[in-house]
Amino acid sequence: MGVRIEKIDLPGMGVRHDVVTAAGQHIGVLSYRNGTREVALYDPEDPDASLASVALTAAEAAAFSDLLGHAALLSQLSGLGGGTIGLFTEQLVLPADSRYLDRPLGDTEARTKTGTSIVAILRGKEVIPSPTPSEILRMDDLIVAVGTREGLDKLDKLLAHSQV
Amino acid sequence: MHDETWMLIEVGALLLGLSLLGRLAIKFGQSPIPLYMTAGLVFGAGGLLPLQASTDFLSSGAELGVVLLLVMLGLEYSPSELVGNLKSSARAGVWDALLNAIPGALFALVMGWGPIAALVMAGVTWVSSSGVIAKVLRDLGRLGNRETPIVLSVLVLEDLAMAFYLPILSAVVVGASLLQGAITVAIAVGSVSIVLFLAVRHGKKLSRIFHSEQPETLLMGVLGLTMLIAGLASEVQVSAAVGAFLVGIALSGQVAHNAEKLLAPLRDLFAAIFFVFFGLTTNPADIPEVLLPALALAAVTMSTKVLTGYLAAKRAGIGRPGRWRTGLALMPRGEFTVIIAGLAVTAGVQPLIAPLAATYMLITVISGPILARVTDTTWFKAKMKAAAKREGALAGSST
Repeated sequence: MGVRIEKIDLPGMGVRHDVVTAAGQHIGVLSYRNGTREVALYDPEDPDASLASVALTAAEAAAFSDLLGHAALLSQLSGLGGGTIGLFTEQLVLPADSRYLDRPLGDTEARTKTGTSIVAILRGKEVIPSPTPSEILRMDDLIVAVGTREGLDKLDKLLAHSQV
Repeated sequence: MHDETWMLIEVGALLLGLSLLGRLAIKFGQSPIPLYMTAGLVFGAGGLLPLQASTDFLSSGAELGVVLLLVMLGLEYSPSELVGNLKSSARAGVWDALLNAIPGALFALVMGWGPIAALVMAGVTWVSSSGVIAKVLRDLGRLGNRETPIVLSVLVLEDLAMAFYLPILSAVVVGASLLQGAITVAIAVGSVSIVLFLAVRHGKKLSRIFHSEQPETLLMGVLGLTMLIAGLASEVQVSAAVGAFLVGIALSGQVAHNAEKLLAPLRDLFAAIFFVFFGLTTNPADIPEVLLPALALAAVTMSTKVLTGYLAAKRAGIGRPGRWRTGLALMPRGEFTVIIAGLAVTAGVQPLIAPLAATYMLITVISGPILARVTDTTWFKAKMKAAAKREGALAGSST
Protein backbone atom coordinates (compact mmCIF):
# COMPACT_ATOMS: atom_id res chain seq x y z
CA MET A 1 0.00 0.00 0.00
CA GLY A 2 1.28 3.42 -0.87
CA VAL A 3 1.95 6.02 1.77
CA ARG A 4 0.96 9.61 1.16
CA ILE A 5 3.94 11.89 1.58
CA GLU A 6 3.75 15.57 0.77
CA LYS A 7 6.83 17.69 0.13
CA ILE A 8 6.70 21.34 1.17
CA ASP A 9 9.52 23.85 0.57
CA LEU A 10 10.74 25.95 3.45
CA PRO A 11 12.47 28.69 1.46
CA GLY A 12 15.91 29.47 2.80
CA MET A 13 15.85 26.65 5.33
CA GLY A 14 15.14 23.29 3.75
CA VAL A 15 12.13 21.09 3.13
CA ARG A 16 9.39 19.48 5.16
CA HIS A 17 7.86 16.13 4.33
CA ASP A 18 4.41 15.42 5.67
CA VAL A 19 3.47 11.82 6.26
CA VAL A 20 -0.19 11.05 6.76
CA THR A 21 -0.73 7.74 8.51
CA ALA A 22 -3.62 5.39 7.77
CA ALA A 23 -5.19 6.56 11.03
CA GLY A 24 -5.13 10.16 9.80
CA GLN A 25 -2.26 11.35 12.00
CA HIS A 26 0.25 13.79 10.55
CA ILE A 27 3.97 13.45 11.10
CA GLY A 28 6.27 16.17 9.83
CA VAL A 29 9.89 15.49 8.95
CA LEU A 30 11.93 18.67 8.59
CA SER A 31 15.19 18.45 6.68
CA TYR A 32 17.37 21.50 7.14
CA ARG A 33 20.12 22.50 4.76
CA ASN A 34 22.81 21.85 7.35
CA GLY A 35 21.86 18.18 7.55
CA THR A 36 19.93 18.19 10.83
CA ARG A 37 16.48 16.68 10.88
CA GLU A 38 13.46 17.34 13.03
CA VAL A 39 10.45 15.12 13.57
CA ALA A 40 7.31 17.07 14.46
CA LEU A 41 3.97 15.91 15.83
CA TYR A 42 0.81 17.98 15.47
CA ASP A 43 -1.84 19.18 17.88
CA PRO A 44 -5.11 17.31 17.28
CA GLU A 45 -7.09 20.44 18.18
CA ASP A 46 -5.07 22.72 15.94
CA PRO A 47 -3.62 20.55 13.18
CA ASP A 48 -1.44 23.38 11.85
CA ALA A 49 0.61 23.75 15.02
CA SER A 50 3.41 21.39 15.89
CA LEU A 51 3.06 20.22 19.46
CA ALA A 52 6.50 18.82 19.94
CA SER A 53 9.51 18.21 17.81
CA VAL A 54 12.64 16.14 18.17
CA ALA A 55 15.87 17.42 16.66
CA LEU A 56 18.13 14.76 15.18
CA THR A 57 21.67 14.99 13.86
CA ALA A 58 22.32 13.45 10.46
CA ALA A 59 23.72 10.27 12.05
CA GLU A 60 20.84 9.96 14.50
CA ALA A 61 18.32 10.44 11.72
CA ALA A 62 19.95 7.65 9.69
CA ALA A 63 19.93 5.31 12.69
CA PHE A 64 16.33 6.22 13.45
CA SER A 65 15.17 5.53 9.91
CA ASP A 66 16.95 2.17 10.01
CA LEU A 67 15.04 1.32 13.16
CA LEU A 68 11.73 2.21 11.57
CA GLY A 69 12.54 0.51 8.28
CA HIS A 70 13.31 -2.87 9.83
CA ALA A 71 10.59 -3.07 12.40
CA ALA A 72 11.94 -6.21 13.99
CA LEU A 73 15.40 -6.32 12.60
CA LEU A 74 18.41 -4.66 14.14
CA SER A 75 21.33 -4.65 11.81
CA GLN A 76 24.58 -2.96 11.22
CA LEU A 77 26.06 -2.67 7.78
CA SER A 78 29.69 -1.96 7.12
CA GLY A 79 31.52 -1.84 3.82
CA LEU A 80 34.56 -4.00 3.12
CA GLY A 81 37.58 -2.27 1.62
CA GLY A 82 36.11 1.11 2.49
CA GLY A 83 32.87 0.28 0.70
CA THR A 84 34.48 0.74 -2.70
CA ILE A 85 34.35 -2.86 -3.90
CA GLY A 86 30.63 -3.24 -3.30
CA LEU A 87 30.94 -5.90 -0.61
CA PHE A 88 29.47 -5.40 2.85
CA THR A 89 29.26 -7.27 6.10
CA GLU A 90 26.06 -7.03 8.05
CA GLN A 91 25.20 -8.04 11.57
CA LEU A 92 21.52 -8.70 11.98
CA VAL A 93 19.41 -9.95 14.81
CA LEU A 94 17.05 -12.78 14.01
CA PRO A 95 13.54 -11.32 14.46
CA ALA A 96 11.47 -12.90 17.25
CA ASP A 97 8.68 -13.83 14.84
CA SER A 98 10.86 -15.17 12.04
CA ARG A 99 9.64 -18.38 10.42
CA TYR A 100 13.18 -19.76 10.65
CA LEU A 101 13.28 -19.56 14.43
CA ASP A 102 14.28 -22.94 15.93
CA ARG A 103 14.87 -24.34 12.45
CA PRO A 104 18.19 -25.32 10.85
CA LEU A 105 20.15 -22.65 8.98
CA GLY A 106 19.95 -24.79 5.81
CA ASP A 107 16.19 -24.23 5.64
CA THR A 108 16.69 -20.55 4.90
CA GLU A 109 18.51 -21.40 1.65
CA ALA A 110 20.12 -18.01 2.14
CA ARG A 111 23.09 -18.60 -0.16
CA THR A 112 20.92 -19.81 -3.05
CA LYS A 113 18.21 -17.18 -2.67
CA THR A 114 20.31 -14.12 -1.83
CA GLY A 115 23.88 -14.87 -2.84
CA THR A 116 25.14 -13.88 0.60
CA SER A 117 27.25 -15.98 2.94
CA ILE A 118 26.48 -16.35 6.61
CA VAL A 119 29.97 -16.41 8.05
CA ALA A 120 29.22 -16.57 11.78
CA ILE A 121 26.47 -16.65 14.38
CA LEU A 122 26.89 -14.90 17.72
CA ARG A 123 24.77 -16.40 20.45
CA GLY A 124 25.24 -14.66 23.79
CA LYS A 125 28.97 -14.98 24.46
CA GLU A 126 29.32 -18.00 22.19
CA VAL A 127 30.70 -17.58 18.68
CA ILE A 128 29.87 -20.11 15.97
CA PRO A 129 32.25 -19.48 13.06
CA SER A 130 31.31 -20.88 9.63
CA PRO A 131 28.03 -22.41 10.78
CA THR A 132 26.94 -25.62 9.00
CA PRO A 133 23.48 -25.92 7.35
CA SER A 134 22.38 -28.08 10.28
CA GLU A 135 22.95 -25.33 12.85
CA ILE A 136 19.60 -24.51 14.57
CA LEU A 137 18.74 -20.79 14.68
CA ARG A 138 17.73 -19.51 18.12
CA MET A 139 16.05 -16.37 19.40
CA ASP A 140 18.32 -13.30 19.67
CA ASP A 141 20.96 -14.89 17.45
CA LEU A 142 23.20 -12.28 15.86
CA ILE A 143 23.85 -13.36 12.29
CA VAL A 144 26.95 -12.09 10.51
CA ALA A 145 26.68 -12.16 6.75
CA VAL A 146 28.82 -10.98 3.82
CA GLY A 147 27.44 -10.00 0.45
CA THR A 148 26.42 -7.24 -1.89
CA ARG A 149 24.05 -4.51 -0.75
CA GLU A 150 21.12 -6.01 -2.67
CA GLY A 151 21.90 -9.53 -1.45
CA LEU A 152 21.96 -8.37 2.18
CA ASP A 153 18.70 -6.50 1.72
CA LYS A 154 17.18 -9.72 0.40
CA LEU A 155 18.59 -11.63 3.38
CA ASP A 156 17.01 -9.08 5.75
CA LYS A 157 13.64 -9.67 4.12
CA LEU A 158 14.07 -13.44 4.02
CA LEU A 159 14.85 -13.70 7.72
CA ALA A 160 12.19 -11.19 8.68
CA HIS A 161 9.59 -13.30 6.94
CA SER A 162 7.19 -14.17 9.72
CA GLN A 163 5.79 -17.58 10.57
CA VAL A 164 2.36 -17.06 9.11
CA MET B 1 47.57 60.21 19.23
CA HIS B 2 47.01 59.25 15.58
CA ASP B 3 43.55 59.04 14.10
CA GLU B 4 44.12 55.33 13.44
CA THR B 5 44.83 54.76 17.11
CA TRP B 6 41.62 56.54 18.05
CA MET B 7 39.76 54.53 15.44
CA LEU B 8 40.96 51.31 17.06
CA ILE B 9 39.95 52.51 20.50
CA GLU B 10 36.52 53.76 19.47
CA VAL B 11 35.57 50.81 17.28
CA GLY B 12 36.95 48.38 19.83
CA ALA B 13 34.96 49.90 22.69
CA LEU B 14 31.89 50.07 20.48
CA LEU B 15 32.06 46.40 19.46
CA LEU B 16 32.72 45.32 23.03
CA GLY B 17 29.70 47.29 24.17
CA LEU B 18 27.56 45.86 21.37
CA SER B 19 28.57 42.34 22.33
CA LEU B 20 27.47 42.92 25.93
CA LEU B 21 24.20 44.54 24.81
CA GLY B 22 23.58 41.70 22.37
CA ARG B 23 24.03 39.14 25.12
CA LEU B 24 21.54 40.97 27.27
CA ALA B 25 19.00 41.07 24.43
CA ILE B 26 19.37 37.39 23.61
CA LYS B 27 19.01 36.53 27.30
CA PHE B 28 15.57 38.16 27.23
CA GLY B 29 14.66 36.49 23.96
CA GLN B 30 14.87 39.74 22.00
CA SER B 31 16.54 40.58 18.74
CA PRO B 32 19.72 42.60 19.34
CA ILE B 33 19.02 44.86 16.34
CA PRO B 34 17.10 47.54 18.32
CA LEU B 35 19.94 47.77 20.80
CA TYR B 36 22.53 48.19 18.04
CA MET B 37 20.53 51.03 16.60
CA THR B 38 20.01 52.65 19.99
CA ALA B 39 23.75 52.44 20.58
CA GLY B 40 24.19 54.31 17.31
CA LEU B 41 21.79 57.02 18.47
CA VAL B 42 23.75 57.47 21.70
CA PHE B 43 27.13 57.79 19.96
CA GLY B 44 25.98 59.80 16.96
CA ALA B 45 25.84 63.50 16.25
CA GLY B 46 23.62 65.07 18.89
CA GLY B 47 23.88 61.96 21.04
CA LEU B 48 25.46 61.62 24.46
CA LEU B 49 28.94 60.60 23.37
CA PRO B 50 29.62 61.49 19.73
CA LEU B 51 32.32 59.38 18.08
CA GLN B 52 35.08 61.28 16.28
CA ALA B 53 37.71 59.23 14.52
CA SER B 54 35.82 56.13 13.54
CA THR B 55 32.96 57.51 11.45
CA ASP B 56 34.82 56.88 8.16
CA PHE B 57 35.43 53.29 9.11
CA LEU B 58 31.84 52.80 10.30
CA SER B 59 30.48 54.37 7.14
CA SER B 60 32.42 51.94 4.94
CA GLY B 61 31.53 49.13 7.32
CA ALA B 62 27.84 49.95 7.04
CA GLU B 63 28.06 49.88 3.24
CA LEU B 64 29.72 46.48 3.45
CA GLY B 65 27.07 45.40 5.94
CA VAL B 66 24.27 46.00 3.44
CA VAL B 67 26.18 44.11 0.76
CA LEU B 68 26.77 41.16 3.10
CA LEU B 69 23.18 41.10 4.39
CA LEU B 70 21.90 40.89 0.86
CA VAL B 71 24.38 38.42 -0.56
CA MET B 72 23.57 36.09 2.36
CA LEU B 73 19.87 36.52 1.67
CA GLY B 74 20.50 35.55 -1.95
CA LEU B 75 22.62 32.57 -0.92
CA GLU B 76 19.86 31.27 1.34
CA TYR B 77 17.41 31.01 -1.54
CA SER B 78 17.93 28.67 -4.43
CA PRO B 79 16.75 29.90 -7.85
CA SER B 80 14.18 27.11 -7.97
CA GLU B 81 12.68 28.28 -4.67
CA LEU B 82 12.33 31.80 -6.02
CA VAL B 83 10.65 30.70 -9.23
CA GLY B 84 8.48 28.16 -7.43
CA ASN B 85 7.32 30.73 -4.91
CA LEU B 86 6.61 33.29 -7.57
CA LYS B 87 4.25 30.83 -9.19
CA SER B 88 2.55 29.51 -6.08
CA SER B 89 2.20 32.59 -3.90
CA ALA B 90 2.13 35.48 -6.33
CA ARG B 91 -1.34 36.45 -5.13
CA ALA B 92 -0.25 36.62 -1.49
CA GLY B 93 2.69 38.74 -2.62
CA VAL B 94 0.43 41.23 -4.38
CA TRP B 95 -1.86 41.53 -1.35
CA ASP B 96 1.16 42.00 0.84
CA ALA B 97 2.44 44.80 -1.37
CA LEU B 98 -0.91 46.60 -1.64
CA LEU B 99 -1.91 46.28 2.01
CA ASN B 100 1.42 47.35 3.43
CA ALA B 101 2.97 49.73 0.92
CA ILE B 102 -0.09 51.93 0.43
CA PRO B 103 -0.42 53.00 4.10
CA GLY B 104 3.23 54.12 4.03
CA ALA B 105 2.73 56.10 0.85
CA LEU B 106 -0.46 57.73 2.16
CA PHE B 107 1.34 58.61 5.37
CA ALA B 108 4.03 60.50 3.46
CA LEU B 109 1.41 62.37 1.45
CA VAL B 110 -0.54 63.30 4.60
CA MET B 111 2.67 64.58 6.18
CA GLY B 112 3.10 66.72 3.07
CA TRP B 113 6.43 65.19 2.09
CA GLY B 114 5.63 64.82 -1.60
CA PRO B 115 5.46 61.92 -4.07
CA ILE B 116 9.12 60.81 -3.91
CA ALA B 117 8.93 60.48 -0.14
CA ALA B 118 5.69 58.55 -0.65
CA LEU B 119 7.56 56.01 -2.78
CA VAL B 120 10.21 55.77 -0.07
CA MET B 121 7.71 55.32 2.75
CA ALA B 122 5.85 52.66 0.75
CA GLY B 123 9.00 50.57 0.86
CA VAL B 124 9.66 51.37 4.50
CA THR B 125 6.32 49.93 5.62
CA TRP B 126 6.09 47.15 3.05
CA VAL B 127 8.91 44.75 3.79
CA SER B 128 9.04 42.51 6.85
CA SER B 129 12.38 41.45 8.25
CA SER B 130 13.24 37.92 7.11
CA GLY B 131 16.13 37.76 9.58
CA VAL B 132 14.07 38.69 12.65
CA ILE B 133 11.07 36.57 11.65
CA ALA B 134 13.08 33.44 10.85
CA LYS B 135 14.66 33.75 14.28
CA VAL B 136 11.29 34.22 16.02
CA LEU B 137 9.88 31.13 14.27
CA ARG B 138 12.91 29.12 15.33
CA ASP B 139 12.74 30.36 18.93
CA LEU B 140 9.03 29.57 19.23
CA GLY B 141 9.51 26.10 17.74
CA ARG B 142 7.22 26.83 14.83
CA LEU B 143 9.39 25.69 11.93
CA GLY B 144 7.39 22.46 11.70
CA ASN B 145 4.06 24.29 11.68
CA ARG B 146 1.98 24.08 8.58
CA GLU B 147 1.58 27.84 8.25
CA THR B 148 5.35 28.42 8.34
CA PRO B 149 5.91 27.86 4.60
CA ILE B 150 3.36 30.63 3.98
CA VAL B 151 5.23 33.06 6.23
CA LEU B 152 8.49 32.17 4.50
CA SER B 153 7.10 32.51 1.00
CA VAL B 154 5.74 35.97 1.75
CA LEU B 155 9.24 36.90 2.92
CA VAL B 156 10.83 35.45 -0.21
CA LEU B 157 8.51 37.40 -2.47
CA GLU B 158 9.19 40.63 -0.60
CA ASP B 159 12.93 40.11 -0.92
CA LEU B 160 12.52 39.35 -4.61
CA ALA B 161 10.33 42.42 -5.06
CA MET B 162 13.11 44.51 -3.52
CA ALA B 163 15.35 43.53 -6.45
CA PHE B 164 13.04 45.65 -8.60
CA TYR B 165 11.92 48.25 -6.08
CA LEU B 166 15.38 49.38 -4.98
CA PRO B 167 16.67 50.16 -8.49
CA ILE B 168 13.48 52.10 -9.23
CA LEU B 169 13.84 53.99 -5.97
CA SER B 170 17.51 54.82 -6.52
CA ALA B 171 16.67 56.09 -9.99
CA VAL B 172 13.80 58.22 -8.71
CA VAL B 173 15.56 59.76 -5.71
CA VAL B 174 18.39 60.96 -7.94
CA GLY B 175 15.73 63.36 -9.12
CA ALA B 176 16.27 63.40 -12.86
CA SER B 177 13.68 64.76 -15.28
CA LEU B 178 10.66 62.60 -16.06
CA LEU B 179 12.10 61.26 -19.33
CA GLN B 180 15.58 60.82 -17.87
CA GLY B 181 14.05 59.10 -14.85
CA ALA B 182 11.96 56.77 -17.02
CA ILE B 183 15.03 55.75 -19.01
CA THR B 184 17.06 55.09 -15.84
CA VAL B 185 14.22 53.02 -14.38
CA ALA B 186 13.87 51.05 -17.62
CA ILE B 187 17.60 50.32 -17.71
CA ALA B 188 17.60 49.32 -14.04
CA VAL B 189 14.59 47.02 -14.24
CA GLY B 190 15.75 45.56 -17.55
CA SER B 191 19.23 44.75 -16.28
CA VAL B 192 17.86 43.23 -13.06
CA SER B 193 15.48 41.04 -15.07
CA ILE B 194 18.26 39.87 -17.38
CA VAL B 195 20.67 39.16 -14.54
CA LEU B 196 17.94 37.35 -12.59
CA PHE B 197 17.10 35.24 -15.63
CA LEU B 198 20.77 34.39 -16.24
CA ALA B 199 21.28 33.65 -12.55
CA VAL B 200 18.37 31.23 -12.48
CA ARG B 201 19.34 29.56 -15.75
CA HIS B 202 23.12 29.58 -15.70
CA GLY B 203 24.04 30.10 -12.04
CA LYS B 204 25.85 26.76 -12.00
CA LYS B 205 28.47 28.01 -14.46
CA LEU B 206 29.27 30.97 -12.22
CA SER B 207 29.64 28.65 -9.25
CA ARG B 208 32.17 26.59 -11.17
CA ILE B 209 34.81 29.33 -11.17
CA PHE B 210 35.16 28.92 -7.43
CA HIS B 211 36.71 26.01 -5.61
CA SER B 212 34.36 25.12 -2.79
CA GLU B 213 36.93 23.24 -0.68
CA GLN B 214 39.48 26.01 -0.09
CA PRO B 215 38.03 28.36 2.53
CA GLU B 216 40.50 31.20 2.02
CA THR B 217 40.22 31.51 -1.72
CA LEU B 218 36.48 30.88 -1.64
CA LEU B 219 35.95 33.64 0.93
CA MET B 220 38.00 36.16 -0.99
CA GLY B 221 36.54 35.09 -4.32
CA VAL B 222 32.90 35.29 -3.31
CA LEU B 223 33.34 38.47 -1.28
CA GLY B 224 35.35 40.03 -4.11
CA LEU B 225 32.79 39.17 -6.76
CA THR B 226 29.94 40.39 -4.55
CA MET B 227 31.60 43.73 -3.78
CA LEU B 228 32.59 44.18 -7.43
CA ILE B 229 29.08 43.55 -8.74
CA ALA B 230 27.55 45.60 -5.92
CA GLY B 231 29.80 48.52 -6.81
CA LEU B 232 29.07 48.26 -10.52
CA ALA B 233 25.34 48.01 -9.82
CA SER B 234 25.52 51.10 -7.65
CA GLU B 235 27.35 52.91 -10.44
CA VAL B 236 24.47 52.32 -12.87
CA GLN B 237 21.81 53.26 -10.25
CA VAL B 238 20.71 49.66 -9.63
CA SER B 239 21.75 49.93 -5.96
CA ALA B 240 24.59 47.98 -4.42
CA ALA B 241 22.20 45.90 -2.31
CA VAL B 242 20.47 44.48 -5.37
CA GLY B 243 23.77 43.65 -7.06
CA ALA B 244 24.83 41.68 -3.99
CA PHE B 245 21.45 39.92 -3.79
CA LEU B 246 21.74 38.80 -7.42
CA VAL B 247 25.24 37.41 -6.87
CA GLY B 248 23.89 35.44 -3.92
CA ILE B 249 21.09 33.97 -6.01
CA ALA B 250 23.38 33.10 -8.91
CA LEU B 251 25.74 31.07 -6.71
CA SER B 252 24.42 27.61 -5.98
CA GLY B 253 25.28 24.13 -4.78
CA GLN B 254 28.28 23.37 -2.60
CA VAL B 255 29.90 26.73 -3.37
CA ALA B 256 26.84 28.56 -2.02
CA HIS B 257 26.63 26.29 1.00
CA ASN B 258 30.28 26.76 1.96
CA ALA B 259 30.28 30.47 1.16
CA GLU B 260 27.29 30.91 3.45
CA LYS B 261 29.22 29.39 6.33
CA LEU B 262 32.29 31.53 5.64
CA LEU B 263 30.43 34.80 5.18
CA ALA B 264 28.09 34.40 8.16
CA PRO B 265 30.52 35.77 10.80
CA LEU B 266 31.45 38.68 8.53
CA ARG B 267 27.77 39.42 7.96
CA ASP B 268 27.07 39.38 11.70
CA LEU B 269 29.86 41.89 12.32
CA PHE B 270 29.14 44.30 9.49
CA ALA B 271 25.36 44.07 9.75
CA ALA B 272 25.71 45.17 13.38
CA ILE B 273 27.86 48.08 12.21
CA PHE B 274 25.24 48.88 9.58
CA PHE B 275 22.51 49.22 12.22
CA VAL B 276 24.81 51.23 14.49
CA PHE B 277 25.73 53.52 11.63
CA PHE B 278 22.10 54.23 10.78
CA GLY B 279 21.61 55.15 14.43
CA LEU B 280 24.70 57.35 14.23
CA THR B 281 23.40 59.30 11.27
CA THR B 282 20.04 59.82 12.93
CA ASN B 283 19.83 62.76 15.26
CA PRO B 284 18.07 61.67 18.46
CA ALA B 285 16.77 65.22 18.91
CA ASP B 286 14.49 64.64 15.90
CA ILE B 287 12.82 61.59 17.43
CA PRO B 288 10.28 63.26 19.76
CA GLU B 289 8.85 65.11 16.79
CA VAL B 290 8.17 61.90 14.84
CA LEU B 291 7.35 59.63 17.77
CA LEU B 292 3.55 59.93 17.57
CA PRO B 293 3.35 59.65 13.78
CA ALA B 294 5.67 56.63 13.95
CA LEU B 295 3.49 54.98 16.58
CA ALA B 296 0.37 55.53 14.49
CA LEU B 297 2.07 54.28 11.35
CA ALA B 298 3.34 51.21 13.20
CA ALA B 299 -0.14 50.45 14.58
CA VAL B 300 -1.72 50.69 11.14
CA THR B 301 0.90 48.77 9.19
CA MET B 302 1.28 46.07 11.83
CA SER B 303 -2.47 45.49 11.54
CA THR B 304 -2.29 45.35 7.76
CA LYS B 305 0.51 42.79 8.05
CA VAL B 306 -1.69 40.67 10.30
CA LEU B 307 -4.44 40.94 7.71
CA THR B 308 -2.01 39.97 4.92
CA GLY B 309 -0.87 36.88 6.79
CA TYR B 310 -4.40 35.97 7.85
CA LEU B 311 -5.70 36.11 4.28
CA ALA B 312 -2.72 34.28 2.80
CA ALA B 313 -3.04 31.48 5.37
CA LYS B 314 -6.79 31.28 4.90
CA ARG B 315 -6.31 30.84 1.18
CA ALA B 316 -3.84 28.03 1.83
CA GLY B 317 -6.42 26.20 3.92
CA ILE B 318 -4.85 26.88 7.31
CA GLY B 319 -7.14 26.85 10.37
CA ARG B 320 -8.07 29.94 12.34
CA PRO B 321 -5.30 29.83 14.98
CA GLY B 322 -2.73 29.26 12.25
CA ARG B 323 -4.00 32.29 10.33
CA TRP B 324 -3.42 34.51 13.35
CA ARG B 325 0.01 33.00 13.87
CA THR B 326 0.91 33.77 10.24
CA GLY B 327 -0.25 37.37 10.50
CA LEU B 328 1.31 38.13 13.86
CA ALA B 329 4.63 36.58 12.86
CA LEU B 330 4.97 38.89 9.85
CA MET B 331 4.87 42.17 11.79
CA PRO B 332 8.54 43.05 12.46
CA ARG B 333 10.21 45.30 9.88
CA GLY B 334 13.98 45.43 9.74
CA GLU B 335 16.94 45.64 7.41
CA PHE B 336 15.10 46.78 4.27
CA THR B 337 13.29 49.53 6.14
CA VAL B 338 16.67 50.87 7.18
CA ILE B 339 18.28 50.35 3.77
CA ILE B 340 15.46 52.20 2.02
CA ALA B 341 15.42 55.05 4.52
CA GLY B 342 19.20 55.29 4.26
CA LEU B 343 18.99 55.55 0.48
CA ALA B 344 16.45 58.33 0.72
CA VAL B 345 18.34 60.28 3.35
CA THR B 346 21.63 60.09 1.41
CA ALA B 347 19.80 61.51 -1.60
CA GLY B 348 18.35 64.26 0.60
CA VAL B 349 14.69 63.44 0.04
CA GLN B 350 13.27 64.39 3.42
CA PRO B 351 15.46 64.58 6.51
CA LEU B 352 12.70 63.45 8.85
CA ILE B 353 12.52 60.03 7.14
CA ALA B 354 15.61 58.86 9.04
CA PRO B 355 14.32 59.40 12.59
CA LEU B 356 10.85 58.24 11.55
CA ALA B 357 12.09 55.00 9.95
CA ALA B 358 14.39 54.37 12.91
CA THR B 359 11.58 54.84 15.44
CA TYR B 360 9.13 52.88 13.31
CA MET B 361 11.53 49.99 12.87
CA LEU B 362 12.36 49.96 16.59
CA ILE B 363 8.66 49.81 17.51
CA THR B 364 7.86 46.94 15.14
CA VAL B 365 10.98 44.95 15.84
CA ILE B 366 10.53 45.16 19.62
CA SER B 367 6.77 44.67 19.84
CA GLY B 368 6.41 42.26 16.89
CA PRO B 369 8.17 39.25 18.41
CA ILE B 370 6.39 39.84 21.74
CA LEU B 371 2.97 40.01 20.08
CA ALA B 372 3.80 36.89 18.03
CA ARG B 373 3.79 34.96 21.31
CA VAL B 374 0.16 35.88 22.03
CA THR B 375 -1.02 32.91 19.98
CA ASP B 376 0.69 30.54 22.42
CA THR B 377 -1.23 31.81 25.46
CA THR B 378 -4.10 29.85 26.97
CA TRP B 379 -6.28 32.96 26.64
CA PHE B 380 -5.83 32.93 22.86
CA LYS B 381 -6.37 29.19 22.60
CA ALA B 382 -9.60 29.38 24.61
CA LYS B 383 -10.75 32.23 22.40
CA MET B 384 -10.05 30.18 19.26
CA LYS B 385 -11.88 27.20 20.68
CA ALA B 386 -14.91 29.33 21.50
CA ALA B 387 -14.88 30.78 17.98
CA ALA B 388 -14.66 27.31 16.45
CA LYS B 389 -17.54 26.14 18.62
CA ARG B 390 -19.70 29.11 17.61
CA GLU B 391 -18.98 28.41 13.99
CA GLY B 392 -19.75 24.73 14.50
CA ALA B 393 -23.06 25.56 16.18
CA LEU B 394 -23.91 27.92 13.33
CA ALA B 395 -23.10 25.31 10.72
CA GLY B 396 -25.08 22.75 12.70
CA SER B 397 -28.20 24.90 12.91
CA SER B 398 -28.16 25.76 9.23
CA THR B 399 -28.28 22.12 8.11
